[in-house]
Amino acid sequence: MPDQTIAVRQPDETVIVKQRSMFRQILARLVRNRSAMIGFCLLMIIVVLCLLAPVIAPQGFNAQNISAKFQPPSLKYPCGTDNLGRDIFVRILYGGRISLLIGVVSTLFSAAIGIVIGLFAGYRGGSTDNVAMRIIDIVMSIPAILLAITIAAALGTGVNSAIIAIGIASIPIFARLTRAPIIQVKNEEYIEAARAISASQFRIMFRHLLPNILSPLIVQITINVALSIMLAAGLSFLGMGVQPPNPEWGAIITSAKVYIIDHSYMVTMPGIAMALTVISLNLFGDGLRDCLDPRLKI
Amino acid sequence: MVKYIVKRLIYMIPVLLGVAFLISIILYLTPGDPASVILSSQATDAMRDAWRQERGLNDPFLLQYIHFIGGIVLHWDWGTSYVNGLSVTGDVMLRFPNTFLLACLTTVIAIIIGILLGVFTAKHQNTWLDTTFSVVGMIGISMPQFWLGMLLIIWFGLNLQWFPIAGFDGPKYWVLPSVALGVQNAAILMRFTRTSVLECMRQDYVRTARAKGQVERVITWHHIVRNALIPIITTVGALFGGALGMAMILEQVFSINGLGRLMVEAIAMRNYPIIRASVMLLAASYSFIYLALDLLYAAVDPRIKTDFENQSAGPRRARVSRKGAAHA
Repeated sequence: MPDQTIAVRQPDETVIVKQRSMFRQILARLVRNRSAMIGFCLLMIIVVLCLLAPVIAPQGFNAQNISAKFQPPSLKYPCGTDNLGRDIFVRILYGGRISLLIGVVSTLFSAAIGIVIGLFAGYRGGSTDNVAMRIIDIVMSIPAILLAITIAAALGTGVNSAIIAIGIASIPIFARLTRAPIIQVKNEEYIEAARAISASQFRIMFRHLLPNILSPLIVQITINVALSIMLAAGLSFLGMGVQPPNPEWGAIITSAKVYIIDHSYMVTMPGIAMALTVISLNLFGDGLRDCLDPRLKI
Repeated sequence: MVKYIVKRLIYMIPVLLGVAFLISIILYLTPGDPASVILSSQATDAMRDAWRQERGLNDPFLLQYIHFIGGIVLHWDWGTSYVNGLSVTGDVMLRFPNTFLLACLTTVIAIIIGILLGVFTAKHQNTWLDTTFSVVGMIGISMPQFWLGMLLIIWFGLNLQWFPIAGFDGPKYWVLPSVALGVQNAAILMRFTRTSVLECMRQDYVRTARAKGQVERVITWHHIVRNALIPIITTVGALFGGALGMAMILEQVFSINGLGRLMVEAIAMRNYPIIRASVMLLAASYSFIYLALDLLYAAVDPRIKTDFENQSAGPRRARVSRKGAAHA
């Protein structure tokens, strides 16, 4: 949105009041928000490290060095080595690529479907709403992890099925979060105006309704990435997600649990990486919530 | 009120039928043949086919679904385990109490710690105590529960040897799993309580209470917390549902004989009747908890009670926003 300049003429001077766009206002608030910035910087460090994994460790995540197995954390091996002498730090970096990918893609998948369902249910109302919400009720009465497990069992193991299983399990949240505010917004005058100039249903839903209810959804998307990463790790832990030797964080922890008694760093290190990522996403999400909707700020 | 409860119970029937449909169709679409997993490798194709025929696995989907529902409605027959040939209700009901107990203990821990800390931090808003607990809460929310469980095993089970690390046979065994599962929920609840209490603290009636010289303790617990409880109760419901699910993973960590382990075994063996019955049971307990919580609202807030009595209808949970769902 281009900036608008409004000239306000006063008796003896011309004051140019620069009206900033909504996006810039929020961005300015976000930069000043401590929790959002800490979260953002931490997240960026993690993402960049994970993306640079092939540069940092060109030998790959499965390079074994049997003579250096079970090395505790040291300068050479920041997170130690595992039972096959593989550098755990390198595995965490490569694993981050998988974990973050699952988190982001499954969230986008569920947000896309959930928002469309919520838009239709909220705007159309009547029987569309009834049917959609009853289906959502049904899906919601199964705990998310349980649903993800059964879907993952049906789809088989691997990254793709983990993404779909986790994605489906989070659709209801997005559908509900979209529908609830729409029911209030859809009776506003500007929607009536849009209808009066015979804007199409799709145009009203996606151009007029959606931008006005976007704030809580953006926050939920951020937090849902964190939840999905944890859910994916849980799936791997039950043996239904990404399989070792692929270094998804949950899979690294799972394959290390046999050595928990003598080499506990093999379990703690990947968990710390996951916790840091989740913390950064949650901090950013919290900050974002404060900036997008100042009314919510306490 | 009774009318409302009956209405809600009746509404549960289509939801549970829907859950049964959903889980049946997922299982129907699951690749892998139970007959080849369960029968020995010497079994001929004809034997496998007879085995499938006997269990109705060759029927079309809708017929299987109708058989399943019909069995429950007509004979309270939830199916027969493919592995031991016994009714699944025995297996499932043997394991369910452990899972349910774990979820309950978790929720109790979360309620006690979460609400107390939430009220405490709200009363000390913007002090170093508030900041410290916010940071601790953020860390608590961000730790994967099964990983925390393993950390607890390392510290309190192996190094300090305070608690046993496997099994679920008595209060001593309950500590580590329920703490592992409860920390995250307590942290979530603390944040919600803090926000909700802060909102209530600014109300006029709080100022009035103070003006008339009411003791601060009574103001906090009677005037503020009681009014702040409504959104908190919603969160507790969502957390309990989440705990029922996450208990499945913790059971794996602590070798607890619960529904979760049963289900993981059943999925590996393609033992469909067990999976179906477990999911149905968890969904049903989830729905009952929600009903109980909605009734609790009425107990906490007389305004809602009159609402119930006046309209006594409408889809469930419509009125109370599910803030907690975001974290469940």
